[in-house]
Amino acid sequence: MADNTPGDRDQAIASSEEAEKRARGARLFDIRRLIGFLFVVYGIVLVIVGLTDGKAEIAKASGVHINLWTGLGMLLFGILMLAWAFGRPVIVDDNPGDADKR
Amino acid sequence: MLRLHLNGLDYTLLFVYFAVVLAIGIAARTSIKTSMDFFLSGRSLPAWVTGLAFISANLGAIEILGMAANGAQYGIATAHFYWIGAVPAMVFLGLVMMPFYYGAKVRSVPEYLRLRFNPATHIFNALTFALASVLIAGVNLYALALVLENLLGWSLFLSICVAAGFVLVYITLGGLSGAIYNEVLQFFVILAGLIPVTVVGLVKVGGWHGLTQKVKGSSLGPTGLHLWQGTGIGSHNALGSNWIGIVLGLGFVLSFGYWTTNFAEVQRALSAKSLSAAQRTPLIGAYPKLFIPALTIIPGLVALVTIKGLGAKSGDLQYNNAIPLLIGQLLPNGVLGIAVTGLLAAFMAGMAANVSSFNTVMTYDLIQPYFIKDRDDQYYLRMGRIVTVVGILVAVGTAGIASQYGNIMNYIQLLFGFFNAPLFATFIIAMYWKRATPWSGLFGLIAGTLGAAVIHVLYAGAGWLGVSPQLGFGSAQSANFYGAITAFGADAAVMVLVSLVTAPKPDEELAGLVWGTVRAEEPEKAQRGDELWWRSPKLLGFGALALTIALNIVFI
Repeated sequence: MADNTPGDRDQAIASSEEAEKRARGARLFDIRRLIGFLFVVYGIVLVIVGLTDGKAEIAKASGVHINLWTGLGMLLFGILMLAWAFGRPVIVDDNPGDADKR
Repeated sequence: MLRLHLNGLDYTLLFVYFAVVLAIGIAARTSIKTSMDFFLSGRSLPAWVTGLAFISANLGAIEILGMAANGAQYGIATAHFYWIGAVPAMVFLGLVMMPFYYGAKVRSVPEYLRLRFNPATHIFNALTFALASVLIAGVNLYALALVLENLLGWSLFLSICVAAGFVLVYITLGGLSGAIYNEVLQFFVILAGLIPVTVVGLVKVGGWHGLTQKVKGSSLGPTGLHLWQGTGIGSHNALGSNWIGIVLGLGFVLSFGYWTTNFAEVQRALSAKSLSAAQRTPLIGAYPKLFIPALTIIPGLVALVTIKGLGAKSGDLQYNNAIPLLIGQLLPNGVLGIAVTGLLAAFMAGMAANVSSFNTVMTYDLIQPYFIKDRDDQYYLRMGRIVTVVGILVAVGTAGIASQYGNIMNYIQLLFGFFNAPLFATFIIAMYWKRATPWSGLFGLIAGTLGAAVIHVLYAGAGWLGVSPQLGFGSAQSANFYGAITAFGADAAVMVLVSLVTAPKPDEELAGLVWGTVRAEEPEKAQRGDELWWRSPKLLGFGALALTIALNIVFI
């Protein structure tokens, strides 16, 4: 393509300081943390609701403790997401020069 | 009966979700410095993110409610829409077509047509795509408002404004990243909403065995449990089509047209960080696609055998309400809030995908090359945000058009038939036949669109005139399949004819755009980790195909 993609110019002027800022932004904004956070919150709420469910709620769900089970499932999934996000943080290496910067 | 009784807890769960959606939009904003960041996420996203966004963009609530409705109406055969009707095309996009799209560094699907053919073809395709996008965004918006009105008792107007407002905020702020990250979140929330209703539904009817026994005794009968039984020519099945319509119409033309050329989908792959990640995007999406039918068809079948009178022509007991009815009957407060959140998330996913591809095509394919040229990048970034606002306002208007159609599914199929079916013929010839000339692109597209129109008019006309059984099309679904085949054939035939009488492009202008040509520049360096064996596109692709075949054999 004849016209330069705007990203090229941006990369050219990006100092290492800016790259560092980007990396920090990318980590803060890691979607795995947000998903993990939301599912852990939902999971905890549902487990509490599930433990306090009365007969009527359980009968409605054909005898399944559905709040409790869904809550446990979401909690587990959320914890796994967080573990993945913190265990292997995002590495920003779109600028070839400072690929090792964390 | 349809009204769900949400309590404070359910609403709290819903509001927490909306808060996270906005947080994602605001967070994504920090990563946007150039128009490339806004429209293509700076080509920086990992494959699992783009792959889940790829599938989520398609997992709108129309899809979920519609496929559960089809499950109740047609039975297991509904899985044709997921398996033969999606997975082969997704694998083809990843393994065969993505190198042309990503390798040519195009920023949109119409832009490929500009490089391969000429500006006339480019403008025609960009305009029809932009039009289709706002119409479909309007359908999603209207469907969302209908559900909110029926389930929660919100007014239509309020629902439309709230939904449009949220999508507006997170796309205007976060651009494609905002849309894609939300799609990934939506994917998991939708699953968290659908799994409980499927599990409780199965328990209620006595497990899988109980369900199959009950379906055999229902109006669907034993063929409701099979994919291919009764699809011989001349025999009867619930889908109203035979194997030719299913394989050629749905499996080949409709599905390949949608998955390989619809920019709302392809855009997700173009935002990936390397060619390998772009190729893996549709392939990673194919695996959830294989198993999502369990979460739509099973609830549909459960609804069929447990809800008396389901399948009414109007009112609360229409097939489309299968999932909302089940949710209301089976889920207690708490999980109920999650399920409603999942449905709303699905509606926003469907709409946001269309809006985020609309603003890219308007800015990169229409405004920048033809109307306001040579401004600096910040100008087009601002333009992208303005176009997003305009697009959403127009979608609010087209929601009004959608409300004029009684059956939303028919309306949306009609749109796809006109806009998507011819495209696959154009692209496959463009990529594999070097001799196809610039003008063949334009006339092929026009002929294909007209071909789809003719079948539609014949089908609708036969219905109006009362000609016996609708000219042999069987059903509206089947007419869609044949319309797609016609569009494909007309497009291909006209392209060949026009190519024979007009001059082709010189070879050097086609480098990297057509199979068998080599780009002058060096191929892009692979990203770290792309070489791991489990990230091989071929392995992922053929694995998905093998699973598709296995599932077809199990449910034959």
